Amino acid sequence: MKLRKEAIDIVIDICDRYKDEPSPLMLILSDVQKEYGYIPLEVQEIISAKTGIPVSDIYGVVTFYNFFSLEPKGKYVIGVCIGTACYVKGGQNIIDKFGEMLKIKPGQTTEDGLFSLDDLRCLGACGIAPAVSINGKVYPKVTLAQVPQIIQEYREKSKEE
Amino acid sequence: MANKVTIYIENHPYIVDEGMSILEAAKTCGFNIPNLCHWRDHKCSLASCRVCLVHVDGEKRLVPSCAYPVRDGLHISITDPAAVAARRTSVELLLSNHYYNCQACRKNGHCELLEVAREVGARPELYVGKKTQTTIDEIAPGIVRDTSKCILCGKCIEACKDAQGIGILGFQNRGFNTIVGPVENRSFATVPCIQCGQCTIVCPTGALMEHNDLPKLDQAFQEKKVVIAFVAPAVRAAIGEEFGERIGTNCTKKLAAAMHRLGFYRCFDLNFGADLTIMEEATEFVKRFAQRAPKPMMTSCSPGWINYIEYNYPELIPHLSTCKSPQQMMGAIIKSYYAEKNGIDKANICVVSVVPCTAKKYERSRPEEKVGSLDDVDVVLTTRELGQLIRRSGIVWNRLPDEDFDHDLIGENTGAGVIFGVTGGVMEAAIRTAYHIMTNEEMEPVVFAPVRGLEGIKEASLSINGIKIEIAVCSGMKNAKVILDQVKAGTCKYDFVEVMGCPGGCINGGGQPYVFPVFLPNEDPDIWYTYREKRAKILYDEDKGKPIRRSHLNPDIQKLYKDYLISAGSPLAEKLLHTSYNNKRECYPDPTPETTPLTK
Repeated sequence: MKLRKEAIDIVIDICDRYKDEPSPLMLILSDVQKEYGYIPLEVQEIISAKTGIPVSDIYGVVTFYNFFSLEPKGKYVIGVCIGTACYVKGGQNIIDKFGEMLKIKPGQTTEDGLFSLDDLRCLGACGIAPAVSINGKVYPKVTLAQVPQIIQEYREKSKEE
Repeated sequence: MANKVTIYIENHPYIVDEGMSILEAAKTCGFNIPNLCHWRDHKCSLASCRVCLVHVDGEKRLVPSCAYPVRDGLHISITDPAAVAARRTSVELLLSNHYYNCQACRKNGHCELLEVAREVGARPELYVGKKTQTTIDEIAPGIVRDTSKCILCGKCIEACKDAQGIGILGFQNRGFNTIVGPVENRSFATVPCIQCGQCTIVCPTGALMEHNDLPKLDQAFQEKKVVIAFVAPAVRAAIGEEFGERIGTNCTKKLAAAMHRLGFYRCFDLNFGADLTIMEEATEFVKRFAQRAPKPMMTSCSPGWINYIEYNYPELIPHLSTCKSPQQMMGAIIKSYYAEKNGIDKANICVVSVVPCTAKKYERSRPEEKVGSLDDVDVVLTTRELGQLIRRSGIVWNRLPDEDFDHDLIGENTGAGVIFGVTGGVMEAAIRTAYHIMTNEEMEPVVFAPVRGLEGIKEASLSINGIKIEIAVCSGMKNAKVILDQVKAGTCKYDFVEVMGCPGGCINGGGQPYVFPVFLPNEDPDIWYTYREKRAKILYDEDKGKPIRRSHLNPDIQKLYKDYLISAGSPLAEKLLHTSYNNKRECYPDPTPETTPLTK
């Protein structure tokens, strides 16, 4: 896969933003993830060339943090909390159900590019466990029965948009 | 001089340098605290293995001695029962993610993990559970990687990134899934790895090793090939270490005797190939220097270095000498001149090269090196593999007599050839001959001291016929990068630059015997810092003792040119002894099923 010129420009622009930072990698990766959507190897090579940080180091950081993604994320990113409280309240069953219905594993994206599924470690909302967060919107005390409804809700929403 | 401080180990006072880690300080006091991730040349250890834990008065918890600096009045206990138990537990936990197949591991006998497990008294299979997924990469010709043996110490990462300045290896993923490898867990064949093997000489286990090519040798013998071997200069400086010789023992004569007992048709000294390289390279330099373009000319003997420039500075390839390395020249001459004069079918010859290098395993397979349809060299063995070959052949090293390498049409060699094995050696040898070419006189004295020594970058200038020549010598890619950046920026003042892929040159090559102090009880405690000098001295001493010390005075070389090649740089010499380089090597080509490592 080769990057388009615009993509290269976005990444170079982001690198230039932090060229005076003593330790710019996290800032760059964070912006690339937000503005480009994911951080494939080709992008990491550009960041490496711009910063002098070996590609293997960058790859290590990208694969260490859940927030960074090597593949494009879906239009709707479903984050299911399986932190301690949510796990005790059945968070694992919820993520399994999402996975089963969407036919993907955590960390993957559906073929139509509509949904990505992520396991999260604590949203800081233990009082509403188990919690699910979709593109920033939080669903409290999610039950197994709600899962198909939530998916349907976003399928319809995407048709409207 | 560092400030001195007094520390107490088990209540005994010792005076040590301030700022050292407890581990290093204890070493100077005669203690070796078991450890797996500590690495020489680095003040800051990753402290990842958690094996070197000790008790320090005033600290609530045990501390990793490799990452804790000493200060005046520090009370340390290595024998503290909690520390003893913790060190053992650390090793047992490492072993819990390890496979107990040590008998079949080629690292057996040199495995620091196994040795440290023995030291701390680790109990086998105490913790049994799931193991991290295994990746086995045997695709690249030089280096193999087996993550099932990796203990995540990170030494290879430091060797690659900090010592070589490359950074192919890194930690990836997180927690239980953490592995060390090239990006995307790729093979070394699909990343810009130069295959220098510096990672293999620091790996405490069998996770990173040279590619095993002994089976290829077995096959050649089985097929009744005419197997002709030769041994590189730096091998003699280290092969004895495989058999308990003290580091710094010259083993040329015993090495020749061992080679004679391994069933080869002939075994030559690769110094001859080095002399031939000098003839071609010095001639090329004189010619290019006269044309002043492109400046500087850079040597091409080190395949790791060739890989580096091809991947990282393809635009500077015109600076490279077109000379093949001694290994390839030697192979080419055996399969042409030697075969023809002796009436041997060249297709039936198997050329075996014994070198201190893992990258040479790659070099032999380069399409650019072929003469016609034949490879110059068929099997490349490292010094370590030669050690294994000698062991399995029932040869008792200590009882080997002194013998000489074969001399049959080719083989005579000079002191100029032998110093190829150490950084600065190629330059010194080339100067000795270039001086002769430019002046028709011999350079006196024969030694050119400014290029000797193990510094990363050395520079010097000399005057031949009143013409000043600026030279530089560097080893390790971190140092090569400095000079390449100068060349790129147009600020490089040198006319001739020698580059060796490994820090210190071939004596510290990626295929040389391991220097793990834990296995070297009779060496000095600072052997990690001094072994390169000791190996280098062997080569310089051998040069000193040689009756002929200039490549162009080698009678076999003179005969080779007179009877066959005609002159250095002749069309036949160009065909056999020169090569080209690839300026289109992709750093991260998309992996194919053939280049994807096995995961299970």
